[in-house]
Amino acid sequence: MPRPLEPVGQGARIALGISFFVVFVVAWSVATLGGFVSKTFLADPVTMMQDGWLLLTRFGFMGDIGVTVWRVVGGFVMAALIAVPIGVMMGAYKPFEAFLEPFVSFARYLPASAFVPLLILWAGIGELQKLLVIFIGSFFQIILMVAVAVGNTRRDLVEAAYTLGSTDMGIVRRVLLPSNAPEIAEILRLVLGWAWTYVIVAELIGSSSGIGHMIIDSQALMATGQMIFGIIVIGVIGLISDFLFKALNRALFPWRLA
Amino acid sequence: MTNTILSVENVSRVFPGMRGGEPVRALEPTNLAVARNDFITILGPSGCGKSTLLRIVAGLDRPSAGRVLLEGREIKGPGADRGMVFQSYTLFPWLTIAENIAYGLSEKGVPKSDRADIVASYTEKVGLRGFEHHYPKQLSGGMQQRTAIARALANDPAILLLDEPFGALDNQTRSLMQELLLGIWERERKTVLFVTHDIEEAIFLASRVIVMTARPGRIKADIPVDLPHPRHYRMKTSPEFSGLKAQLTEEIRVEAMQAQEGH
Repeated sequence: MPRPLEPVGQGARIALGISFFVVFVVAWSVATLGGFVSKTFLADPVTMMQDGWLLLTRFGFMGDIGVTVWRVVGGFVMAALIAVPIGVMMGAYKPFEAFLEPFVSFARYLPASAFVPLLILWAGIGELQKLLVIFIGSFFQIILMVAVAVGNTRRDLVEAAYTLGSTDMGIVRRVLLPSNAPEIAEILRLVLGWAWTYVIVAELIGSSSGIGHMIIDSQALMATGQMIFGIIVIGVIGLISDFLFKALNRALFPWRLA
Repeated sequence: MTNTILSVENVSRVFPGMRGGEPVRALEPTNLAVARNDFITILGPSGCGKSTLLRIVAGLDRPSAGRVLLEGREIKGPGADRGMVFQSYTLFPWLTIAENIAYGLSEKGVPKSDRADIVASYTEKVGLRGFEHHYPKQLSGGMQQRTAIARALANDPAILLLDEPFGALDNQTRSLMQELLLGIWERERKTVLFVTHDIEEAIFLASRVIVMTARPGRIKADIPVDLPHPRHYRMKTSPEFSGLKAQLTEEIRVEAMQAQEGH
């Protein structure tokens, strides 16, 4: 047995990580192919892969994936572009924070999914409505987390900058922003993960395309293989975007690892 | 006295009490005149308000009463004319060593080519050639503090303020740092205000030691150090040095004991 907090080697880490996926698929196969769970409720891995292949080759599922990715990225980028500057301002200027923080804290708990019916009334069932669901789900979270990060900037760094002649604007631009940039990137990575759950909710209702739409369509046909394939695709895309984000952060902020 | 660069006039600081408690008198009305090119160390037990005094001079804290004049102008806030080195490591972790040293210069709008020359000269002076492109995390504590000194000096401040800058370093590194700082001072004669609780350090560096009392802080003694320059570390074992050390140890001991009783 390893001791508490004892580190694990790089090779062992990868092997262990992969082995759980294997355990998971094996357990799933035994449950389904072994006849312990009815096919009606849960497709086996082989059927799932066949269904997935059909979806991709015959039913234009790549198009659905593309639409969903575009919705997530579009809504998320819109939210980030507006929320990050507001968060930075809130973190830096306390009156601004006192003004907005209570409302943002309240708005953060409004579930994005509950807005779906209302947004359909307001924006119809077009792309704008989907983007708005993602936007609402991400916007307030980003503001609040960025504000906390900026508010926790090391005071001694700010003081050092002042004694080196920084102006108030200089403090924001040359201390608060660069010192929190890695954390802001980390916040965006986290919220992007949440945005993936909102997009599916948005697509489950009043949608004619996207991964979520495919899943709800498959439900009508009892095609559990397709549904599971759709869910797994979401997981894989999430994993890829996470990996890209991490790689980008490492490239952008070498001083963190130095 | 026209030679005075910095004058502290009746400066006091009272911190409001926490949760309805008694207000804390950190600094009693204090007067201090600092002559140009002087190296002054402020010596006192912890909690004697010596850092508070330094932070007020830096403009990072406001006096409750009194004022501080630098070259005749009242200090209203922090500025590039007073360089500061902190006890904690305050290099900007996202900037390289060279970029850290250049920070104040670029805030001032010094053109890039001049900046490079100044940075190179101070990198040399603090012995960090070859580390220009390292990040602070890659450097030892002593090297980081050397960079912090270079960063403050590159800005060419009227006075250099140091708040126990070597307090977190091990003994050997600390004494090397003292020699380095003293060497720079002997060459450039920048006015220095240096806060410490280390008696040997206070004597070795200073041309004048200010001893402060335990809380509430106030100046208790003002002792000139007439040891010749350039000073060598071996001076720390000379009879004159030992005499001063004995005298200051006595002064500080009383204060430290009072501070303990107060707690």
